[in-house]
Amino acid sequence: MPETAALLRHFEAMQRIRSFEEEVARLRGTGDIVGSVHLCNGQEAVYVGACAALDLERDAVFPTYRGHGWTLACGAPPRALFAELLGRQTGINGGRGGSAYLTAPSHGMYGENSIVGAGAPIAAGAALAATFDGSGRVSLAAFGDGALNQGAVHEAMNFAAVRRLPVIFLVENNHYSELTPIADMVRIDKLFRRASAYGMPGARIDGNDPEAVRSAVAEAVRRARDGEGPVLLEAMTQRIVGHYIGDAQHYRPAGELEAATAAEPIGALVWQLLSVGVAQSEVDTIVERVHREIADASAQALADPIADPATVLELLYA
Amino acid sequence: MPETKKLSYAEAVNAALRRALDERPEALLFGEDVGKPGGVFGVTKGLHKQFGERVFDTPISESAILGGAVGSAMFGRRPIVEIMWVDFSLVALDQLVNQAANVRYVSRGALSAPITVRTQQGSAPGACAQHSQSLEAFFAHVPGLRVCLPATHQDAYDLLLSAIWCDDPVVVIENRTLYHAGKEEVEIGGPIPEIGGAAVRRPGRDVTVLTWGAMQHRVLEAAERLSADGIDAEVVDARWVRPLDLDAVLESVRRTGRLVVAHEAHTVGGFGGEVVAAVAESGVPLHSPPVRVGAPDARIPAAPVLAGAVIPTADVIAEAIARTVRA
Repeated sequence: MPETAALLRHFEAMQRIRSFEEEVARLRGTGDIVGSVHLCNGQEAVYVGACAALDLERDAVFPTYRGHGWTLACGAPPRALFAELLGRQTGINGGRGGSAYLTAPSHGMYGENSIVGAGAPIAAGAALAATFDGSGRVSLAAFGDGALNQGAVHEAMNFAAVRRLPVIFLVENNHYSELTPIADMVRIDKLFRRASAYGMPGARIDGNDPEAVRSAVAEAVRRARDGEGPVLLEAMTQRIVGHYIGDAQHYRPAGELEAATAAEPIGALVWQLLSVGVAQSEVDTIVERVHREIADASAQALADPIADPATVLELLYA
Repeated sequence: MPETKKLSYAEAVNAALRRALDERPEALLFGEDVGKPGGVFGVTKGLHKQFGERVFDTPISESAILGGAVGSAMFGRRPIVEIMWVDFSLVALDQLVNQAANVRYVSRGALSAPITVRTQQGSAPGACAQHSQSLEAFFAHVPGLRVCLPATHQDAYDLLLSAIWCDDPVVVIENRTLYHAGKEEVEIGGPIPEIGGAAVRRPGRDVTVLTWGAMQHRVLEAAERLSADGIDAEVVDARWVRPLDLDAVLESVRRTGRLVVAHEAHTVGGFGGEVVAAVAESGVPLHSPPVRVGAPDARIPAAPVLAGAVIPTADVIAEAIARTVRA
């Protein structure tokens, strides 16, 4: 059994992501945030569990465009992320990255990727560097189930396997390739089975349970640091929101969203906390504290100055 | 200390790679067949033996090669990768255009991707449609990338070193017709040149002919032929198409009052159009309309006689220059 303290840490981190995403949805609704935004509600346990197993002082995470949760789980400050989404000067990338291209290397987060699967070879490259620099760095490439059908992911897994690179390939299987069920797009929907084709271990894990994710990623990290090469993990999770804000999700069969919502990880974790004797009031206190933190971060970011067009040509080249 | 050696173009590239691996311990060299086999064109011969695991073979996986370069560059390596034929870069253009070119800008300077992509292009007898194209305009279109086309043995050495020393992604486009076409004196071990800068290969009064890559040799041949007819063409080798040394082009055009741009790539959408537009926008007055010489709209056919009818010859270039001067 995991320690209660660890569960409480997971809970707080997951709640922070959920509150952040709810505030993003609100700001998208008011028009303060514009453009396509992909929320990660329902998938928080994957990020929090995985980041708990990494040493973000040296390890490197390469997430998908659904990456607000990853970036927060890595420890990037919510205010700078809100500011980035809001196009403020104080944005973590000065407004150059935006929702789908957040980058926070000082927190071990090396860039979302809006090209499905494109982060996998880059993560392999980060792992390649580790085999030369003695850092012991492990890189983690996270991508959705749909990305398994991208050639770049296949190339990256084979390249990493043949060179025994310290990289973890983590599939966030939320059952949807954007708007289309993954089951309609592959003949074998146990995606982790592909690992054997590359000569690496593969496993399916419960992506709704942060401790299950932490423990599987921790073992993959150990293997990678010991020079045993890459691993493919398939974390089963679900999206309890649309692919993008505004997606009416007509493609989801009746009852599916309700079932996904019933299984979502934060509610499940609250039950777990209560069952090990944590008081409801303690849970409520955490939720309130996180809500306040997120509300403050959002308000501060909204008050920050808009990005300066005079700087738009800067930083293209060294 | 600099020394002069008689080297082929391929050996000049090899010497530059050897120096980079020697002087930059963070440099890595990888790609298809570049390690133990020494490259399909023999360019990387002996480097795996000398530098061991820093020089290695990869699967036939251009996305993994270029993505591996981007990721390792973010973490302090200085990868030099070979894309065997420029045509093959198209299967992994994402990693260059969407990834490498974005790293510095989108991270607000927190990350960089100092990668060097070596590739080669152009038409040579017996090559097929997917091994003959000239694609420099594709790369030159992309802010964040730098692109050069060394045409001389010395530039094969110098430009590659400039690229490797550069802290941004650079595409170095070599030409396989040059690799083993004779040896020349090459100064090696000199200072690393700055990025950019055109070179006047033949001074002249009457017309500026801007070119780059292997086409330069046909342009020089055309210029020599025309000198017998009293036409004195100035041949300028752009060397870098991004950043283009526009000042050097304008300086020459201001003197000659005429412009011909000659390249092996297709005329439509080619980089020659960009040069003509930039000169037009500069307002430098011309005595006659500028002319582009490039490949017409055909796929590059396999039969040498057919390919020869597509790629501009010295005759075609000479005719264009003469027309421009007499217009």
